[in-house]
Amino acid sequence: MTTLVAILAEAWSEIRVHKLRVILSLVGVFLAVFGMTSIAAAGDIGRQLVAESSERSGGRPATVTVQAYPLFTSPDTELISTALRDVVERYDIRWSSLVVDQQIVANFPGQSEYVQARSVDAAYGTMHRLLMEQGRWFAPGDVDRYAPALVVSPSFLARVGGFDPNDPPTVRLGGESPVMATVIGVLKGDDFGAPFAYLLNDAASRWVSGDNPYGQPPMLEMWVPPEQVEQVSAAATGDLRRTLPGHDLYASRVDTGDQLAQLDLVLNYGVRGIGYFALLLGGVGVLNVGLVVVRQRIREIGVRRSFGATSGRVFITILLESVCATAVAGALAIGCAVALVLNLPYEQILSVPIEDLPPFPLQAAVEGFLAATAVGALAGIVPAIVAVRAKVIDAIRY
Amino acid sequence: MTFISLAGIGRSVRLPDGSQLDILTDINLEAERGEHIAVVGRSGSGKSTLLNLIGLLDSPTAGVYELDGRATDALSARARARLRGATFGFVFQQFNLLPRRSATENVAAPLLYASGRQVWGRRAAAREMLDRVGLGERLDYLPERLSGGEQQRVAIARSMVRNPTVLLADEPTGALDVDTGSTVMDMLQEVVHQFGTTLVTITHDLSVAARADRQFRLDHGVLSGLSAADLPSVTAQRSAS
Repeated sequence: MTTLVAILAEAWSEIRVHKLRVILSLVGVFLAVFGMTSIAAAGDIGRQLVAESSERSGGRPATVTVQAYPLFTSPDTELISTALRDVVERYDIRWSSLVVDQQIVANFPGQSEYVQARSVDAAYGTMHRLLMEQGRWFAPGDVDRYAPALVVSPSFLARVGGFDPNDPPTVRLGGESPVMATVIGVLKGDDFGAPFAYLLNDAASRWVSGDNPYGQPPMLEMWVPPEQVEQVSAAATGDLRRTLPGHDLYASRVDTGDQLAQLDLVLNYGVRGIGYFALLLGGVGVLNVGLVVVRQRIREIGVRRSFGATSGRVFITILLESVCATAVAGALAIGCAVALVLNLPYEQILSVPIEDLPPFPLQAAVEGFLAATAVGALAGIVPAIVAVRAKVIDAIRY
Repeated sequence: MTFISLAGIGRSVRLPDGSQLDILTDINLEAERGEHIAVVGRSGSGKSTLLNLIGLLDSPTAGVYELDGRATDALSARARARLRGATFGFVFQQFNLLPRRSATENVAAPLLYASGRQVWGRRAAAREMLDRVGLGERLDYLPERLSGGEQQRVAIARSMVRNPTVLLADEPTGALDVDTGSTVMDMLQEVVHQFGTTLVTITHDLSVAARADRQFRLDHGVLSGLSAADLPSVTAQRSAS
């Protein structure tokens, strides 16, 4: 223990005395570890952004959609909806939503306009990770409202005026038998100028008679564990084949989770590979400076041998100097990477909302620290061997 | 009691042309604990090589070297290093202080190779030793800010901080003027006397050698005794300076 403390004290003393040289030699290591860890963390955040963005459209992994198309007639919305809901009930699917796209007439102040609307169940917001700018998403109690509730896009809100939660804006929907709907929430994110609204399925069937210009039947979305996709798809189509004869049935996974896993793999190995290469280059810098310095320190090493330093002790001390220095550089680099990555205003920079900012990847930090230490050890071995091989007598005379 | 015993010691090296160069030949020397011996000789006579052999920095190619009755030839490199650190203190002509370390750090440095309490108490021990050599006011001075005499005093403090049995001084006054050299030698002798340390001084200066209990001459690698008639009296040398 005492020997270890003495070796560390000696190594640290050397680093302190030669701090400028140490700092200059460590720039490469610092930058490499900083790059490695911050890119790994940025990669995680980028992955989360892509994941959230894709989940907003395609759903969370794994989202399975089931659709039934009549072969010879127009879709019977009521019949298909009932059959789909039976599937959900039979298999006790916790997260599901019927989805019906339609166009509705919205009578904005000064003009009426066809807007795209999607009627969904309350679970849809969680399944698609929808973020609210103002107000709230649907709650189960909204089904019992006397007027349909709407969650709208920013452009929709712009057409009805501002949003005040105490006095929510209203808009008249429908042509021949209009109904007054209340805007309860505004979605976060850009809708690129195209107004859009969500309403609950029950409210839609009761109050709103929208056009279904593409003849799309209702679609069932289910959020299930990825390993159960095949099983759920097979069971749903099997049941629907019996309850909806004369229909074409489709069940497929629509989220992009599996493609993201591949992107993850590329990011992981690509970024790490580049980082390790940069670290290796940084290590070459440390090695070069170490070699030059150890030759300048031959006399000092000889003097230390006269104090009773063994070859092993000289070797370990020179090695530890390099290891201590690169470890400190690695730790500083990780600290800077953490400070940078956790304080960047991603939403402003990328104009994409992010719900769950991932924490700084601990694995990347630990890996960066260990890699820096290992590079220090590798870069310290050669100077340590040179120091040990120096003849004591020549070293003292040198 | 004999502490250092060299019997028939030789040291030779093989030259690039294949011939052999004998640096030391048939050296026989004994030194007791607390004794002060001096070896005088011209440059290139093998003085430093002899000192390195005694200090276990080098190994003889012939003869037997015993330290406190134990043969040293069978010791491993590690054991030699440990024995060297525990037994010997070195004072070099060019001081060889560690650059950019304070006087305290320099004196404490050998204690990093000691064990236990000596490691943990190294700074206190260094300060105490510096105080003994009259540098209690220069504890944090870097070597560059000290005079030659002060630097050599730091070197003496450093060599004595592990309380060695033998102090090996290689031309301790070689880089100092006469007055400063004399003062440093006074102090060196005082310190080794306090600790009962054996002092082996290598010098080309007869007046420095005259301070020793016994004197030897090294000429072309051959050691011989030096008679008192060859030496100036210390008193005369002091009064002259």
